[in-house]
Amino acid sequence: MQRAKNLQEYRKELQESLEQDFQRQALDSFAVAYKSGRPNVFARHDFNTLRSDISQAKEEDTSHLEELYEQFKEEAEKKGMHVHFAQTDREANSLVTRIAEENGCKKIVKSKSMTAEETLLNHYLERHGLEVTETDLGEWIIQLRDEGPSHMVMPAIHLSRDQVKDLFTQVTGRQQDRDIETLVKVARRELRQRFVQADMGITGANFAIAQSGTLGIVTNEGNARLVTTLPRVHVVFLGMDKLTASLDGALTTLNGLSKNATGQAITSYVTWITGANECQVAPEENKIVHVIFLDNGRLALSRDAVFSQALRCVRCGACANVCPIYRLVGGHKYGHIYIGAIGLILTYFFHGKDMDKNLIQNCLNCQACKDVCIAGIDLPRLIKEVQVLIQEQDKHPFFNRFVAALLKNRKMFHSLLRTAKSLQKPVSWGGPYLRHLPHFLLGDQDFKALPALASQPFRDKWKDMPENPKNPSYNVALFTGCLQDFVYPEQLEKCVQILTEHNVAVHLPLEQGCCGLPAYMLGEKEAAREVALHNLSAIDPAYYDYVLTLCASCGSHLKENYPGLIGAESGVQVKTEQFTSKVIDLASLLYSVLGLQNSALNFSQEKTAYHAPCHLCRGMGVKTGPRELLRQAGINYQENREEENCCGLGGTYSTKFPEISKEIMNYKLDYLERDNFQRLVTDCPGCILQLRGGAKKRNSSIQVVHLVEALR
Amino acid sequence: MSDIMERFQERAEAVSAQVTHVQGPQEAFEYTLRLCVQKEACQILVSGCEQPLSTAAEDLCHLQVPEKTIAAPDFSSSQLQSLVDLCKEQSISVIQQGLREYLGGMDIGLTQADYAVAETGTLVLDSSKEDFRLATMIPEIHVVLLYSSHIVSDFPQIKNYLQQRFSSTANYTAFITGPSRTADIERVLTLGVHGPLEQHIIIVNDCSNKGQL
Repeated sequence: MQRAKNLQEYRKELQESLEQDFQRQALDSFAVAYKSGRPNVFARHDFNTLRSDISQAKEEDTSHLEELYEQFKEEAEKKGMHVHFAQTDREANSLVTRIAEENGCKKIVKSKSMTAEETLLNHYLERHGLEVTETDLGEWIIQLRDEGPSHMVMPAIHLSRDQVKDLFTQVTGRQQDRDIETLVKVARRELRQRFVQADMGITGANFAIAQSGTLGIVTNEGNARLVTTLPRVHVVFLGMDKLTASLDGALTTLNGLSKNATGQAITSYVTWITGANECQVAPEENKIVHVIFLDNGRLALSRDAVFSQALRCVRCGACANVCPIYRLVGGHKYGHIYIGAIGLILTYFFHGKDMDKNLIQNCLNCQACKDVCIAGIDLPRLIKEVQVLIQEQDKHPFFNRFVAALLKNRKMFHSLLRTAKSLQKPVSWGGPYLRHLPHFLLGDQDFKALPALASQPFRDKWKDMPENPKNPSYNVALFTGCLQDFVYPEQLEKCVQILTEHNVAVHLPLEQGCCGLPAYMLGEKEAAREVALHNLSAIDPAYYDYVLTLCASCGSHLKENYPGLIGAESGVQVKTEQFTSKVIDLASLLYSVLGLQNSALNFSQEKTAYHAPCHLCRGMGVKTGPRELLRQAGINYQENREEENCCGLGGTYSTKFPEISKEIMNYKLDYLERDNFQRLVTDCPGCILQLRGGAKKRNSSIQVVHLVEALR
Repeated sequence: MSDIMERFQERAEAVSAQVTHVQGPQEAFEYTLRLCVQKEACQILVSGCEQPLSTAAEDLCHLQVPEKTIAAPDFSSSQLQSLVDLCKEQSISVIQQGLREYLGGMDIGLTQADYAVAETGTLVLDSSKEDFRLATMIPEIHVVLLYSSHIVSDFPQIKNYLQQRFSSTANYTAFITGPSRTADIERVLTLGVHGPLEQHIIIVNDCSNKGQL
């Protein structure tokens, strides 16, 4: 849950989470197991096909939720259920107390419902004198501890068996053993008693099939079957987004849900309930069933051009499972009630700006969530869009406004960099790193050595570059990105040498500026748009076969975000599409376009790891090229488990959340050092800034180089 | 064994189901009986009675019936008679209805499955009768009779069946894949948290109808 009033308080809470050793270890082993299990899980079903089927089905349903609701209501009521629509959380909660009162219910057993978490239903019922028992083991544990879930599927993943043992000792009044199987037995028996006594059962539902008025409930423990069987009243508590037109949609989603959530082909129990079924203790031996659909903004969301896709979420929790930040801090601090990437988005709409204003900034934009989302939600983009909305309501922070103003004016930005270059001499001593920076300037950034600005930016060296071939096979515009232009110009020089040797003409449109990603990352969308338009006019795609960048972050921003930022303005959109279709990374140009083999002049037998930049492997979808180039170049490249995990930089993220950035970086370097890697190759100057700086600071023997430096 | 049956068995066993093959229902009853006889006396208890429990939870232990019980709510009276006869010799009682009286515990729930899905090792059970649901959830062991001709390869193949069920006035259909499980404490897989601790699937070979729905 979010309680922090400001970013500073939130960062303090994050720091506390980082110090929770058990949680850290539990989440870490889960992250590793989840990832390594996926190839098996999807061996028989192509993930991309499943994803596209599910997102299509959900999108279709989302586009007419009101109709589906009417149809469901008609069908279900024909069959003896009572169906209610609740516009707000309060309305939904009070419907439950009214039903309890009408039917004389006092004791409630409940199986998991995220929607009930959303409305804090348990607290409401307890305040109204009702006894509620969660029956999902994890939910029961956190209910007893008066906590919220820390994961949507595994709500108690943050707790150890010893904590559960102590809790159960307290609850039963008897000393308990720390053996997990025994603890589960105790829970089984304690809860069985509650099932027998309950007069109302509350469940969530994963599907509400409009065509037949059928509810579908997915569980592993089987508690939902008892909750829906033993008590005489059954209340179903679910969001409007669970409506689906027909059985097909439900089966399609079901097929992906458990695979993505827990790596199971299907969960142990899937329960389909239509109408009022037999219940021998109910009047006329028919169960009293009430279905409460919660809106809480969902209908408005379904009509929103940008955000409606958030309603496709099937609550599998995978976006948390792969998130490098979740892996470190857990769900209590990486969400409010909904957790993980989807939580960052839904919190704004369901629980308000104040609950989300700090949380929303805590995203590296590493795109791991987007990559794994079975409903095909563009989570990183929606996170940015929410951030923009919040910033438009609030005052933009000074730092954000400063960066936005600076990037919009290329000349001012570049002359500032040149001034900084002369000012840094006392701390760089002419070397590649800034040394002896006073602590008050560096603060929490002290975990990596910061590079000095190069004595001459690449744009100043351009005139000394080798001449272009007379009859080139390709004409390539070089998009340098600020970091390589001003900090790592040698990488660009090497690139130009390789390309001219292979009969490629390289052009440097000098009017180009920053790609705009830093502004976009800070939620400064207007500034990002202006910068994008500027670059589009500086680099006319008509002149070039490719727009090459050696910076994965620039590349993915140009390719993925420019169309959305620039919009569908007549004429401009055409140029944008031409431009983005020509953006390419170095590995793809060398490997796929030029078919380069054995290109290394620099045969080294050092044990070499590859770090796949987030914006390359996921952002631009480039996975094979760089690895093949390394192999074919005769480099001693060996795969590693952490290859596609973020380096922790996230551009300006690292200045906002240095404690997280540092942990992610150190994790990677620790892992590589343990495995005796001597060299780390990557193809993004941002990752180099982070990892090379980190390695330097740690006095690590690992050398961090750009792909172009490994090849030459 | 047909491919589809083999696949079903492999996937069901992968989720901890125990699969056996028999020639007819009589043999299945014998299997169930043996299972019940072999059960340790202490396991007759509602699972967990041997644990340190709160006083309220312990009350349930007193609801136990003195002899072993098999709940079999879903068989014809002639079929059931042969099971009753078998059980009589071992003083095991067979209960067919009113299962709510036995919430303190039953040893075995014996039911049939409408279909099985090979792709996931899933059983499909029409659970509309309350007693049927209780028989599949309350006992420690759930034994399921499945005719080999009722194994299909994947869910789309039973779409018509499901749609037909869902179109009726009231219906409760269950997909059950292995015994009840949880991994809520330290992600350690533990069987039998709320429902059965064991699931036994007895496949009755009825080749005459092979491949038909």
